[in-house]
Amino acid sequence: MTAIARNFGSSVRRLEDKRFVMGMGRYVDDLIFPGQTYAAFVRTPYAHARIMGIDATEALGAPGVLRVLTGADFAALPAMPCGWMIHSRDGEPMRVGERRVVAIDTVRHVGEAVAVVIAESREAARDAVDLVQVDYDELPAVIDVAEAGDEGRPQLHPIAPGNLAFDWELGDSAAVARAMETAAHRITLTLRNNRLVPNAIEPRAINAQWDPIEERLDVRMTHQNPIGMRMFYAAAYGLAAEHKLRMVSPDVGGGFGSKAHNYPEEVAVAFAAKLVCRPVKWTAERTEAFLSDAHGRDHLTTATLALDADGRFLAIEVDTKAAMGAYLSSTGSLIPTYMYATMLSGQYDIPAIHNRTRAYYTNSCPVDAYRGAGRPEAAYVVERIVSLAARKLGLDQAEIRRRNFITSFPHQTPVIWEYDSGDYSAGLDQALALSDYAGFPARKAEAAARGKLRGIGISAYVEACGIGPTAILAKLGGGAGMWDSAEVRVHPVGTVEVLSGAHSHGQGHATTIAQLVSDKFGVPMDSISVIQGDTDRIQAGTGTYGSRASVGMSATARACDRIVDKGKLIVAHLMGVPADTVSFEGGIYSSTATNQTIPFGEMAFAAHAANAFPTAEIEPGLVAQSFFDPPNFTFPSGVHVAEVEIDPDTGVTEVVAFSAADDFGVLANPLIVEGQIMGGVAQGIGQALWEECRHDPETAQLLTASFMDYGMPRADSIPELRLGFGCSPSPSNPLGMKGCGEAGAIGAPPAIINAVCDALAVDHVDMPATAERVWLAIAGKAA
Amino acid sequence: MLDFRYSRPTSLGEAVALMGSEPDAQPLAGGQTLLPVLRARLAAPGRLVDLGRVPELKGISRSGDTLTIGAAETHAAVAGSAVVKAAIPALAALAGGIGDPQVRNRGTIGGSTANNDPAACYPSALLALGAQIVTDRRRIDAPDFFTGLFSTALEPGELLLKLELPACTQARYVKLENAASRFALIGLFHARTLQGHRLAVTGSGTGVFRWTEAEAWLDGGGAVEGLMDIPLDPERFTGDLHGSAAYRRHLVRVAAKRALALGPVAA
Repeated sequence: MTAIARNFGSSVRRLEDKRFVMGMGRYVDDLIFPGQTYAAFVRTPYAHARIMGIDATEALGAPGVLRVLTGADFAALPAMPCGWMIHSRDGEPMRVGERRVVAIDTVRHVGEAVAVVIAESREAARDAVDLVQVDYDELPAVIDVAEAGDEGRPQLHPIAPGNLAFDWELGDSAAVARAMETAAHRITLTLRNNRLVPNAIEPRAINAQWDPIEERLDVRMTHQNPIGMRMFYAAAYGLAAEHKLRMVSPDVGGGFGSKAHNYPEEVAVAFAAKLVCRPVKWTAERTEAFLSDAHGRDHLTTATLALDADGRFLAIEVDTKAAMGAYLSSTGSLIPTYMYATMLSGQYDIPAIHNRTRAYYTNSCPVDAYRGAGRPEAAYVVERIVSLAARKLGLDQAEIRRRNFITSFPHQTPVIWEYDSGDYSAGLDQALALSDYAGFPARKAEAAARGKLRGIGISAYVEACGIGPTAILAKLGGGAGMWDSAEVRVHPVGTVEVLSGAHSHGQGHATTIAQLVSDKFGVPMDSISVIQGDTDRIQAGTGTYGSRASVGMSATARACDRIVDKGKLIVAHLMGVPADTVSFEGGIYSSTATNQTIPFGEMAFAAHAANAFPTAEIEPGLVAQSFFDPPNFTFPSGVHVAEVEIDPDTGVTEVVAFSAADDFGVLANPLIVEGQIMGGVAQGIGQALWEECRHDPETAQLLTASFMDYGMPRADSIPELRLGFGCSPSPSNPLGMKGCGEAGAIGAPPAIINAVCDALAVDHVDMPATAERVWLAIAGKAA
Repeated sequence: MLDFRYSRPTSLGEAVALMGSEPDAQPLAGGQTLLPVLRARLAAPGRLVDLGRVPELKGISRSGDTLTIGAAETHAAVAGSAVVKAAIPALAALAGGIGDPQVRNRGTIGGSTANNDPAACYPSALLALGAQIVTDRRRIDAPDFFTGLFSTALEPGELLLKLELPACTQARYVKLENAASRFALIGLFHARTLQGHRLAVTGSGTGVFRWTEAEAWLDGGGAVEGLMDIPLDPERFTGDLHGSAAYRRHLVRVAAKRALALGPVAA
């Protein structure tokens, strides 16, 4: 018997990369249907205005222009839904400002669509946009969440006085108040979590085609959850019956959450395809991506941590104002609530926690999930205030954390979650070793001799991944189940197709799923095809976001197990032995009752030939399906250590070292996991040092609407990362996986800012710690 | 991008004729500014005259103490030129620090000079070195050429042919970058010329200028450390998203100190 090497858990190179590296990826914009037409959007240059009239006469007369559609043309469609109901403290449901597919009478953020031009070519459509005359009556705007609820500010929606979408709380405020009274120390910190633009490489794109005879709608859209979008388009908008609506997401060039949402532009294009009865395509320009891809973060928070005389945490009180933008996006209400306040316990045993989140409308692009989605905001609050407490109490950053770590699992926090597993002290030890924490004073002295200020910062995060346990989500206001599904089809020759309900937008599912199936069946990886993102092939699934690959992978594993089990029955008949004597190992069926063995492929052929077993007892064929709904979230954790050097003359911060010790449970493919960490950490460093979506405070114009003004992290700004992994398997799925996609973006920002504050010996510097902000902090001026 | 006509002349004569043939003809060099501007529909020239195949705009040579660089030479060509490295090593280093490899392989010294972006690198070198800008009509001294934000002494239809720079091995360019665009937040070119110290500043927001007070201080034997206190006209500075006027003004002093402390670039 030949032993087959295990693929799952090893650093197999990604099967997808050949086509990506060779420029052979296939994206929505690459697809051209016969009779193709193109859409371009007329967008408001004002952040807040009434639409007094739209004159499309000149645009309609331009060469190649087929239609100019305005809000009135879309009036029959329902408003854009927010899928997560949040109730305010007083029990009132959140106040949902109406968001039309195309604005009808009022625009509320720069870049909101007011009309769409359909033309024979992309250029003709774009040219005609400039010919559409829109008469606006400009209204005053509000952009800063700090003052959005103040009296006298412009109100965006009639339903939401004071621009308040909801005033929500979680936790026991009385318990926190009692702990605060008796505490030896109370540390208070006010901080901003800067607004970010997602910036996927591939902008949003859709190509929709309507067949009026069959009444079929064929949509190609770059998206993280095409199957969910089919349901939305069928059920919410009635664009076609669900069984006649095909939604395909081909290769997706990144998303970071921004392609998990339901956007008005795509609905408008799909609807327009029906009106013109020709395929309509739209690919966002980069400027449109800046203006209309749902932004991330944008919190203003004041937090107080209570500690006893020994530096043990007694309570944390958190008060957050969260900007929602002009409308509640698909899951916009979920992010600053259940994805945020539930994480305020961090890795620590904190007896009392209370959080209040006030969510405000502001005249900006809506805010929704972006890599980490609430968890980075929580980790930033907790990890910043813990390091500040260490500074104030004269404790070492590592020591204060170790003193407060949760040490036994499962652990019920005061804010809903029950952590599944972990070893936080081991993670800290690994991070301190990776970063040579003990050697830092010598490095600081050496940097000082070169005139540089060197600082070290630790962050210890925990997050909730593998969304999600449907029953828990339903209790929290979720509108739909978040299980996932897989169907495994074994062909007569033993090759395998896996139809997965998840959808890769860069995660390498085609590789990791094949690794898993290869081990399950003992077949080579090149005998396995992984199929995703096409509703004509995959019936059910809920997409990829929230580091939830463990859900789809678990469904795949279970479906594989069902195939193996059915194979045992078939083999038992073939061998003439009792089924309970048959076992399967390394691709070979064997029995304790005979020396005979049967390889997986032979069993597969027998399943299809079906002439050697009683088909009345065992159905022919070899297909299995599984829907996996996890009993709980998974709780990955990690400790990140950043080291920075600051040039005191200029305030420029350089990240000179970064170590990450993460515990993602069982790793499907360490090479892919390392890539996810590197990308996430790069984004986290970007948020901490350069990235910030800025608006004019008066007009609410987006000032950082291009890469000339929006500071993206670049390869030469990121140090070589030192990575290490612990392994506390999650008990909530059969594979013990936890998820790794967002960890870097969660752990890195507080680690960096803690390092900056350490270097400068100051209490706080807001993100992004730009050169000028740091220079001002050094000069002792307001930063 | 709006429609335009496109010509690619193969001689200077043809290029000059095309430029004179219609009022809204626009020369196209490396396109690193013009093409994004056209993509954003912020300009609508009737005709683009692509200068990339005009042989008279090419070439890097040295004659005596004069370094001549054709307007169509790319940043990468200037950065990699043995002639430039020997004559003015700081200029080669400056060119090698512009943008990224793709920008350097397309963008040209003539295009950058003619565009006179207030955050571009080259204008500070030309001003500090006392370059002459040679066009199809005349020669212009650098101080007369750079007339303000995105504006130069070039007349409509006038084509920049080449740049003539006095060799100067005692020079340094220090750029403190805008974190987003990596243009100069402040760039300072220091040269020791026959006329004395020259310090030219880019990135201040109002256009390239010489810090004459610092030049006089150094010519008078003043110490480098003293630059932190030498007068520097605040009117020269404006602030934006990426840095306040006060911060930029401070950075000029830092950059000057560093340029002088670092000494000349190794050839």
